[in-house]
Amino acid sequence: MSMVTEIDFGTPASRSDKTVTLTIDGLEVEVPEGTSIMRAAMEIGTKIPKLCATDMIEAFGSCRLCLVEIEGRAGTPASCTTPVAPGMVVHTQTERLKQLRKGVMELYISDHPLDCLTCAVNGNCELQTEAGNVGLRDVRYGYAGANHLDDKKDESNPYFTYDPAKCIVCNRCIRACEEVQGTFALTIDGRGFDSRVSAGQMEPFLQSECVSCGACVQACPTATLVEKSVIDIGQAEHSAVTTCAYCGVGCAFKAEMRGEELVRMVPWKDGKANHGHSCVKGRFAWGYATHKDRILKPMIRAKVSDPWREVSWDEAFAYAASELKRVQAKYGRNSIGGITSSRCTNEETYLIQKLVRAGFGNNNVDTCARVCHSPTGYGLGTAFGTSAGTQDFDSIDQTDVVMIVGANPTDGHPVFASHMKKRLRQGARLIVLDPRRIDLVRTPHVEADYHLPLRPGTNVAVLTALAHVIVTEGLVNEAFVRERCDWDEFQEWAEFVSQPRNSPEAVAKVSGVPAELIRKAARLYAMGGNAAIYYGLGVTEHSQGSTTVLALANLAMATGNLGREGVGVNPLRGQNNVQGACDMGSFPHELTDYRHVSNDAVRTMFEKLWGVTIDKEPGMRIPNMLDAAVDGSFKGIYIEGEDILQSDPDTHHVAAGLAAMECVVVQDLFLNETANYAHVFLPGSTFLEKDGTFTNAERRVQRVRRLMSPKNGYADWEITVKLAQAMGVPMNYKHAGEILDEIAATTPSFAGISFAKLDEVGSVQWPCNAEHPEGTPVMHIDHFVRGKGKFVLTEYVATDEKSGPRYPLLLTTGRILSHYNVGAQTRRTANVAWHPEDRLEIHPHDAEQRGLRDGDWVKLSSRAGETTLRALITERVAPGVVYTTFHHPDTQANVVTTDFSDWATNCPEYKVTAVQVARSNGPTDWQERYRRQSEQSRRISETVEAAE
Amino acid sequence: MSHDAAASLKKLIYMANQIGKFFAVQKHDQAVAGLASHLARFWTPAMREKIILHLKEGGEGLDPLTKEAVQWLKVKQSNHHDYTGDA
Ligand code: SF4
Ligand code: SF4
Ligand code: SF4
Ligand code: FES
Repeated sequence: MSMVTEIDFGTPASRSDKTVTLTIDGLEVEVPEGTSIMRAAMEIGTKIPKLCATDMIEAFGSCRLCLVEIEGRAGTPASCTTPVAPGMVVHTQTERLKQLRKGVMELYISDHPLDCLTCAVNGNCELQTEAGNVGLRDVRYGYAGANHLDDKKDESNPYFTYDPAKCIVCNRCIRACEEVQGTFALTIDGRGFDSRVSAGQMEPFLQSECVSCGACVQACPTATLVEKSVIDIGQAEHSAVTTCAYCGVGCAFKAEMRGEELVRMVPWKDGKANHGHSCVKGRFAWGYATHKDRILKPMIRAKVSDPWREVSWDEAFAYAASELKRVQAKYGRNSIGGITSSRCTNEETYLIQKLVRAGFGNNNVDTCARVCHSPTGYGLGTAFGTSAGTQDFDSIDQTDVVMIVGANPTDGHPVFASHMKKRLRQGARLIVLDPRRIDLVRTPHVEADYHLPLRPGTNVAVLTALAHVIVTEGLVNEAFVRERCDWDEFQEWAEFVSQPRNSPEAVAKVSGVPAELIRKAARLYAMGGNAAIYYGLGVTEHSQGSTTVLALANLAMATGNLGREGVGVNPLRGQNNVQGACDMGSFPHELTDYRHVSNDAVRTMFEKLWGVTIDKEPGMRIPNMLDAAVDGSFKGIYIEGEDILQSDPDTHHVAAGLAAMECVVVQDLFLNETANYAHVFLPGSTFLEKDGTFTNAERRVQRVRRLMSPKNGYADWEITVKLAQAMGVPMNYKHAGEILDEIAATTPSFAGISFAKLDEVGSVQWPCNAEHPEGTPVMHIDHFVRGKGKFVLTEYVATDEKSGPRYPLLLTTGRILSHYNVGAQTRRTANVAWHPEDRLEIHPHDAEQRGLRDGDWVKLSSRAGETTLRALITERVAPGVVYTTFHHPDTQANVVTTDFSDWATNCPEYKVTAVQVARSNGPTDWQERYRRQSEQSRRISETVEAAE
Repeated sequence: MSHDAAASLKKLIYMANQIGKFFAVQKHDQAVAGLASHLARFWTPAMREKIILHLKEGGEGLDPLTKEAVQWLKVKQSNHHDYTGDA
């Protein structure tokens, strides 16, 4: 294997469709208007020396190394800042240029440590390379003059160091932080010779505004900003492109390796979702893959109170298979089921639903998308005919009005947030509907036009009020609606939303949002040009989650904001493969491509292929399984990659369900919380150790590539295959690509997708088939998948979870940038530097009433349970609302959340729980008991350890 | 009925009524059909049987619309169905 090399063109590509022809060193070249001379030269393979330019950021023109001569023009202009012109004749190498460049280089090197041999970036340093390129042989000034060689290193960031002694003040880092990331954390402090790069107000990086995205590290041409892993290991010798396993943005990375050791992850510029950018998780937080807590040997036990016993893989498979069969024989065909995770690859998820349908003989398969985006499936499926975001991420470049509903992109979907911020800095307008003042409401150079801080649980009321304004003020795009939607349904809907009880004035009372703000936001959304909706779990995780998704679809249809670039309705998916998990038939009522199990033709096709009969009735959802377990009729489960005990609501109920089962098989990297109740533990593999595909939030299918052998012995898909075989279900795949081939053969939207296709084009967005051979960036262009767009009435129904005298506050939950979901991975990386514990955000007013100070331990209680954590007093949350994350198992935020859920999909109502907060002196009894029990249940039998 | 079975029936009643509240705003016939087809598309046969049985025993706690839909479901249950259409 070799290194995946990427060309640095020096300056970004021009988007112009006009071209210009010029001559560079005697060769003619045609490039888009607005291209720099530097980039035009690189297009024909001529590398002009450069230091301050790189193609991720705009040219700056400070280093003066890239000078060229242009016939008919005086002087030696910088090629990075000079655009091409028709007929221009450029020379990149002349006697004058050679001397000038050597002179420039000499100055740089005279203030640079000459420790190349022991420098971390030796062999991969642009300063070193350019010194060689310009033929520097001598430094006439000597090295004794004023210099910065004794400047102190900043090692505060856990992942990279800043060594100012090596800085050439090229400003690339500063511009990357501004232009690529949009955080504006870096500045130049001082002037002239004294100028130094500084994070914040000369703070250490860790204490500054820096979010550790690493864009500056990637941009730095020297060893000034460099990954600690590179310092530790050295330069990589081969690399391969793979996809981040954290969030639904789906950033593509070059994983740079030395042997089987990962040296660093570098975002891939050709990655269509991330264009060479990443966040702290994808770039840096992969240390969990080698964390000591990782379990590498299969284990079994008869009772959950027994210590674990390590066994061979064969024994584990045989035991799991015989137990699942025994349970089924005793309690019936429907007494077992399986759960897949949005962390699994498409291939793994497909196999699990196949194992359940073909092997268990029922439809009891569900995915953790149940607890996040199942309402998206229902809502968008009903309105448009398919359950997916309508746009690609790049569509935002054409957006004039961004409306964010119940999402916090800078924390949840950071790389897309950077893209969005770029568009907002260019002048796009912004509407935010969220109970919290999320960062985007006000961040450097971005400010929301309207923030509607609605009371948790009132989304439907507010969105219907927006529709009210659009209809009653005549802002409907009637031509679009008549052509593309069912006109009768529209009229019924228009009549409904126009009713006075749906007016902003009426809704202001329940939602707490001033009527005028609703009116202004509606007008901007309807009249501001291309308007695009981006929404997150703040929409779906409510008792009216599905209704809210329908309300968003209604708004987009009524204003004609669908079917072209710049518009649409876009779910921001939480985990990396939420989209794929849903597509692959892991819901209990659906086969792949969202086809209902009662569809005879589809069932027959799978039945023929698999040689079994498939149940035509829907199976159980996760909450149904748990209810049935408590009931005594559901007794065995196979769970891959999902920690339902920590991530699902009402922990007491989940624990009771799991405890009532006779065979719980958990496949995961770590002994997660659910594994406390498991009888079989199958150690899983990381995304670095397996092949497959993930599908991101824009339906983009991308490759996950195996970079090292699985430390546990098998890739996850192989484990499912072996378990299936042990149960007598024939599965014979030689590699993951064959699973994808079966998916393509059975799933119309995937018909054109294979490993070969992805190797060739990098990634594609489904549907990819004969009709759309290169995939589909924007959906519903001429007509909706279901034909006519469907308007559905969205009556606001207040949640039954109401605050009252006993529980006067509303708790809403969320996540933060540096951690991922239940935190099982990120907690096992240096990311804990940013978020060592979950905190309860509370408004100063509510804190004062309770006599709380910042950092105090507080008891958070609801009718479901209580837990303790520390308070963070902030005006980010409105009075009456408190907020926390659920990244740490000790907090057990879900002990408090209730079992209320979305009416259509049972997606839990994480976003609204009535709670009380009071000062506390320590952990609750449940927390204490739980801690003791987890310690107890994580014991691994001594005898085996001794034998090692 | 055991405590757990009673609790799980209570939950089913709650869920069925909750679904009903979404459809209630639609025209009556459409609402009944919508709710019934939702139960058919997403509930397991065991869950449907429990709620049908509960209706037979008087249907305490079921909203009027839910009762109608469960009745409709009962009739449809015996016939072959293909619930691939819209809710
Ligand atoms: S890591 Fe990212 S946020 Fe931090 S200074 Fe560098 S570019 Fe800015
Ligand atoms: S830290 Fe690196 S990128 Fe930033 S100014 Fe110094 S040399 Fe340039
Ligand atoms: S976590 Fe999301 S935004 Fe961050 S690198 Fe991974 S895919 Fe990209
Ligand atoms: S690369 Fe053009 S001036 Fe630095």
